Amino acid sequence: MGSITFIEHNGNQHEVDIEEGSSLMQAALDNSVPGVDADCGGECACGTCHVIVDKDWVSVIGNATEIENQMLDMTPEKSGTSRLSCQVTVTEAMDGMVVRLPEFQM
Amino acid sequence: MSFLSSIIEKNAPLMSKSAIVEKVESLISIPSIVEKTATVIPLPLQIKGIHLFLKAKRKVWKSKSVPVFIESPIPDISTLAIEDIDVSNPFLFKQGMWESYFKRLRDECPVHYQKNSPFGPFWSITRYEDIVFVDKRHDLFSAEPIIVIGNTPEGMAIETFIAMDPPKHDVQRQAVQNVVAPQNLKEMEGLIRSRAEDVLDNLPIDEPFDWVEKVSVELTSRMLATLFDFPYEDRHKLAYWSDVIAASPETTGGESSEDEMFLGAAEMATYFTRLWREKEAKKAAGEEMGYDLISLLLSNEKTKNMINKPMEFMGNLALLIVGGNDTTRNSMTGGVLALNKFPDEFVKLKNDPSIIPNMVSEIIRWQTPLAYMRRVAKEDVELNGKTIKKGDKVVMWYVSGNRDERSIDQPDQFMIDRKKARNHLSFGFGVHRCMGNRLAEMQLRILWEELIKRFDNIEVLEEPEYVQSNFVKGYTKMMVKLSAKA
Repeated sequence: MGSITFIEHNGNQHEVDIEEGSSLMQAALDNSVPGVDADCGGECACGTCHVIVDKDWVSVIGNATEIENQMLDMTPEKSGTSRLSCQVTVTEAMDGMVVRLPEFQM
Repeated sequence: MSFLSSIIEKNAPLMSKSAIVEKVESLISIPSIVEKTATVIPLPLQIKGIHLFLKAKRKVWKSKSVPVFIESPIPDISTLAIEDIDVSNPFLFKQGMWESYFKRLRDECPVHYQKNSPFGPFWSITRYEDIVFVDKRHDLFSAEPIIVIGNTPEGMAIETFIAMDPPKHDVQRQAVQNVVAPQNLKEMEGLIRSRAEDVLDNLPIDEPFDWVEKVSVELTSRMLATLFDFPYEDRHKLAYWSDVIAASPETTGGESSEDEMFLGAAEMATYFTRLWREKEAKKAAGEEMGYDLISLLLSNEKTKNMINKPMEFMGNLALLIVGGNDTTRNSMTGGVLALNKFPDEFVKLKNDPSIIPNMVSEIIRWQTPLAYMRRVAKEDVELNGKTIKKGDKVVMWYVSGNRDERSIDQPDQFMIDRKKARNHLSFGFGVHRCMGNRLAEMQLRILWEELIKRFDNIEVLEEPEYVQSNFVKGYTKMMVKLSAKA
């Protein structure tokens, strides 16, 4: 089974096992990764599961949708590779992927 | 003499008064006049002008009638036919009837149409999942022109992005949202904490006092003064303006009069225009700018000339003042009340103060200080078996969704260690999600961290008194007694 690494803003790393078909947000919650609030529970409606994807992995994970971007636009920490982790479905192709958490969720 | 009243005076000998009023009204829209004359006539004078104009108009020509609300006992829900249920009644919270009313709607008619309310016909959305749907779908439901059940008070068509749809909404919100962004809050946390400490250190021990006045209003006023870098000694004006602006009878069934509302708005415009000009001069002199709202607006290319768009200027200020006032204030009171109604939770809190951040979310759910947001359907929409027609008003009752048994475990229980406590509706979802949510959470967290250090008990002595409104779910008075920590 592969794994994905979350890196908190303070540098702490959390390696979590890939569970195919679950969302990246759920993977963070199931493994108690701090810094993912998920206030709306995965509805793409609050912007509090923001992650910044390592550039090398954008082609695997894909770009944010328009509705996702609308939520992401509310945070000043948005970057070119920002995603809402509730909108990303985890697959084995993501083995070794690194995503960073912003300083704040909002 | 102001612009509008001078129009009336000059034309008076030639036309009957009612004809003038109709003429003037057909020729101009008040906001456009204000916009065009902003650079010539100071904003406060214009607001006074509109006020006089409306007063004259009412005297001579019956214009839109403002509903008058007189309290009478609300009937038991079991005695009503479903179509007669009217949850816009501004005494529903005051009389403690809201829980049974919304439970019946959730169970029997979750998407409910009331065709004869004093605010006109409207749909009520009462279940959690349906509310999330409506809140997310700004393509189907418009937030314009106002987010309360009633109509915009005449002459008060201020522009605020909470009542705008994308893309205009997005531009305006992005211009001001950094004021309450977490990065900025970090700069302010120390100051907000020291001001809270000062309030709490001066509270009477072992004697009754009003928690609303001495703590909730005081702390939110201090916080707003901090946020706006507003003259500290005048901070109570902020709470006053917020109260009168948000409480007109035609919008929410509240108690403020038109006179109070306009005089409040004019005074607010005077103060903030002065504050803006002072900061502008500071900026021109090359002085270092602070982290307050006006300094941030002045530093932003998109908003540095906002003063020249008075309806937008007033709208943004009013939104931030009202948004930061009623909400946090009533959650500060609601938390104390909840811990008194659920005393085991108070014990839990004292045993483990690290639970405070989770408790803050639970307080915000349990209180739901703003009961709803209103939308208007942009097309016909099928929802839970009903057809909402294009143009219909749609009210998302957060206060009901937050007690929906289908989505929340034991929703009427206050549980400070509730799992998924953050999944409440009080901040709304989608593009209009509360901008100040992190500030609100921070303030409540600081309050409870400081309270638990100082006091062994906060005893609520009698039933609190409630605000008359269908929108603000809050308190006007709550007598308490503190016991000091041994």
